[in-house]
Amino acid sequence: MTPEPLLDVAELSRRFVLPLPGNPVANLLRRLRHGPTAAPRLHAVDDVSFSVARGETVGLVGESGCGKSTLVRLVSRLLDPDEGSIRLGGKELTYTQARNFARAPDRGRIQMVFQDAGESINPRYTAQDAIADPLRRLRGLSGSALDTKVQQAATRCGLPLALLSRFPHQLSGGQRARVGIARAIALEPELLILDEPTAALDVSVQVVVLQLLQKLKFELGMSYLFVSHDLNVVRLLCDRVLVMYLGKIVESGPAREVFANPAHPYTRALVAAVPDATRKAEDRTRLSGEIRSPIDPSPHACRFLGRCPQSAAICGTEMPVLKAVSATQTVACHFPEARLP
Amino acid sequence: MATPALTVDNLSVVFRTRSGVVRALEHVSFSVAKGETVAVVGESGSGKSVTAYAVMGILDGAGEITSGRALLGALDVLSAPRHVLDGVRGRDIAMIFQNPRSALNPIRRVGDQIADVLLRHANVPPAQAGLEAVKMLDSVGITDPARRARAYPFELSGGMCQRVMIAIALAAKPSLLIADEPTTGLDVTTQAIIMDIIAARAAATGMATVFITHDLGLAAERADRIVVMHAGHVVEVAPTAELFRHPRHPYTAELLAATPGGTSRLEDLSTIPGSLPDLRNALLPPCRYSARCPRRSDACDGALPQISAQTRSAFACHHPVAA
Amino acid sequence: MSAGAVAERSGIAHARYVIGENPVTAFAFGLFVAIVFAAVLGPSLVPYDPLASNTSRALQAPSAQHWFGTDQLGRDLFSRVIVATRLDLTIAVASVILVFALGGLAGIAAGYYGGWIDKVIMRIADTIMAFPLFVLAMGIVAALGNSVTNIVIATAIVNFPLYARVARAEANIRREAGYVEAAKLSGNGDGRIVLMQILPNVFPILVVQMSLTMGYAILNAAGLSFIGLGVRPPMPEWGIMVAEGAAFMVSGEWWIAFFPGLALMIAVFCFNLLGDGLRDIFDPRRRT
Repeated sequence: MTPEPLLDVAELSRRFVLPLPGNPVANLLRRLRHGPTAAPRLHAVDDVSFSVARGETVGLVGESGCGKSTLVRLVSRLLDPDEGSIRLGGKELTYTQARNFARAPDRGRIQMVFQDAGESINPRYTAQDAIADPLRRLRGLSGSALDTKVQQAATRCGLPLALLSRFPHQLSGGQRARVGIARAIALEPELLILDEPTAALDVSVQVVVLQLLQKLKFELGMSYLFVSHDLNVVRLLCDRVLVMYLGKIVESGPAREVFANPAHPYTRALVAAVPDATRKAEDRTRLSGEIRSPIDPSPHACRFLGRCPQSAAICGTEMPVLKAVSATQTVACHFPEARLP
Repeated sequence: MATPALTVDNLSVVFRTRSGVVRALEHVSFSVAKGETVAVVGESGSGKSVTAYAVMGILDGAGEITSGRALLGALDVLSAPRHVLDGVRGRDIAMIFQNPRSALNPIRRVGDQIADVLLRHANVPPAQAGLEAVKMLDSVGITDPARRARAYPFELSGGMCQRVMIAIALAAKPSLLIADEPTTGLDVTTQAIIMDIIAARAAATGMATVFITHDLGLAAERADRIVVMHAGHVVEVAPTAELFRHPRHPYTAELLAATPGGTSRLEDLSTIPGSLPDLRNALLPPCRYSARCPRRSDACDGALPQISAQTRSAFACHHPVAA
Repeated sequence: MSAGAVAERSGIAHARYVIGENPVTAFAFGLFVAIVFAAVLGPSLVPYDPLASNTSRALQAPSAQHWFGTDQLGRDLFSRVIVATRLDLTIAVASVILVFALGGLAGIAAGYYGGWIDKVIMRIADTIMAFPLFVLAMGIVAALGNSVTNIVIATAIVNFPLYARVARAEANIRREAGYVEAAKLSGNGDGRIVLMQILPNVFPILVVQMSLTMGYAILNAAGLSFIGLGVRPPMPEWGIMVAEGAAFMVSGEWWIAFFPGLALMIAVFCFNLLGDGLRDIFDPRRRT
């Protein structure tokens, strides 16, 4: 039997209530006459389940608007889910509301590195202040004990101590990324969520940051949930990958297998879109048609319908569920295409 | 060989700022043949966008062109008078930007914005401009173009806005398109479609394309030739396949070795030591890469080999990597 | 705390640069220093007692002896105009600080928390905005009673919507900022985030707002006194002095109303110009 995973997310959903369309007076009158009407709801994350093992790096890919950001904010307990459970090391985290979670004892166990390091550091805080904040708030450190810990975190991230007194605008992009990482690992979390940590960096700096993250993972025994739109980077870092489309996970499996034999038509299009000089332009899958609306989507139709190159009648009447296509790979499609082992 | 569509010759640009004079471009030369796609690649601060802005004549107030020519056919767009340029921009050269939503007028319907260009630059009679605009939207792969023509930019996705921008840019059938990071910030699936549209139009009309990107993989897939820039210098020019097989300039080689490709492993990727030199420094060495370069010698303090606009393949280095 | 020192120095250096670069800002800062100087040291420097009347010297035109002339009771107008600076400035500063604290915090709370807190605070602001502001201030002073404290309160209340709206807009932008999310992950609750993350970033914008409303606060206080609400004679105050002098304008004694009016105008002008300068100093984008 496999050991219990570090993170176990089950049937997680989050819907955002949108204002009713139309003018507020007419809406009020309608409500008075016909009783409360259901406001439209945007299904950002819809019935998502996955797990992350100890020491594992799981990649999360998908296009903008697919719900990646909402999902990581649910898992990092910045947002409350409408349904579902998030268990970290067997402990249910959703019992504590997100607004109270900041002061919960488990806060330090999940940390996050943000996409834009510059924007994630208060412009009026020095690097030292930024890295010290979690240690001060969650470990109650102060004085020389605090300084030691801050310097240790900075050193681990290759940030010269002389830069600790600088403000974010006095640091380069790579240095800011290191400050963001140092702050996140200062508490030695068990799960580190990486939200496109290198998206804003140049290639030469990106490599350095990715190598740093890889080194820290082994040193501190962390697990990573790595969000990225760059499949080449996901391939480098991740053991497993989750592909998300319009709030649902449509494919999951070992990164190598998923990229080599994508089973879901969306994953195939995603892999085919990665620039590759060696491929002929003719044999690329291209998506046409329009993305379905995430507002009150039909619970019976596949979310990919309309853009899918191979849809059939059943796709509009029955939502495909995740099914295993090999020992390790699962896909939510009525017509998966995968090589069986 | 026929006259190139664009020849940039010995272009130098400085920016006068509070903290000193930034020598942003120095002796930049390259050319683009008709129907050719040239990618200008480099990291942030390499001067790739400044090059495009200088050619388009849209440098911001602090920027000043200190030398050079940019020949569009026989016309030097850097010295041409304003009224001539107004006729050239939008008709013969068009440009698309990184952030399409901010480049569109937020309070006008996209169909009207395309029709404006058609009326001004393409001699389309007013009665037909609306219909032509719908056709243009159709040609950039927008489904239901008649309905989309009546949409405002905020009602369209980022990828859709970039297609509208391309429709506007291509409306007057320009001979040269300058695309400044046209797909940065878009999803890979959208990026592929946008690049397909540009490539198809270039192939159909013989339009030359200068395509500015930080993404070497994208450049490798899409460009015929590549111009590599570092700290305001062109360090290497070469046909794409040749550049990727045998990079000659040490910086190009390092950049390629740092780029994650389909098969590379994280530990095999190389990191480039050091950082860009401060371009405000008055005493920059002739080779601006020399401080970071593992192959540096005393010869590097001498004059740098010049890359002329006419060469198809060249590098500015005394100690190139063996071919 | 060497980091703080570095930032402080660069801040002062930047302020010096802005003042040096823009002569209008330099002029405004000069005026501001002069006004503060008059308010602090004025009463001990003026040549005459501002309250001492001497009917034998009533209604004298400006001369070498009485620079601004004398009023109907023979009081030296120059001394009265200078001494009045302290009272007018005190009322303006007190009301602006009060509204800065109330409006700023209420606005930040509205912008950060949203929901019903936002709705309540913003409807209060809208209600205040629905009145002609000076009439509202008159009503408040008339209802609360005629005193300096109540002028301060009335002036603060009429300025409340301005501060609340600016603070709300700024807090609303920042509540989704990366560093706010990062602070939550670092174990900061909502209260600490408002105080430690949002407030320091909204503060400079409110300071600029303060300078811009200072001029209005001075005018408002003087206006209330002018119509007989608030400060009472014989206390030297620009508004009362203009009111007293107004009657003599027709008979040719223009100086009685003119000089306090001029002082009022210069003070308002100074604070309005200062706002532009402060905006340049606090805007980090102008530092590059």
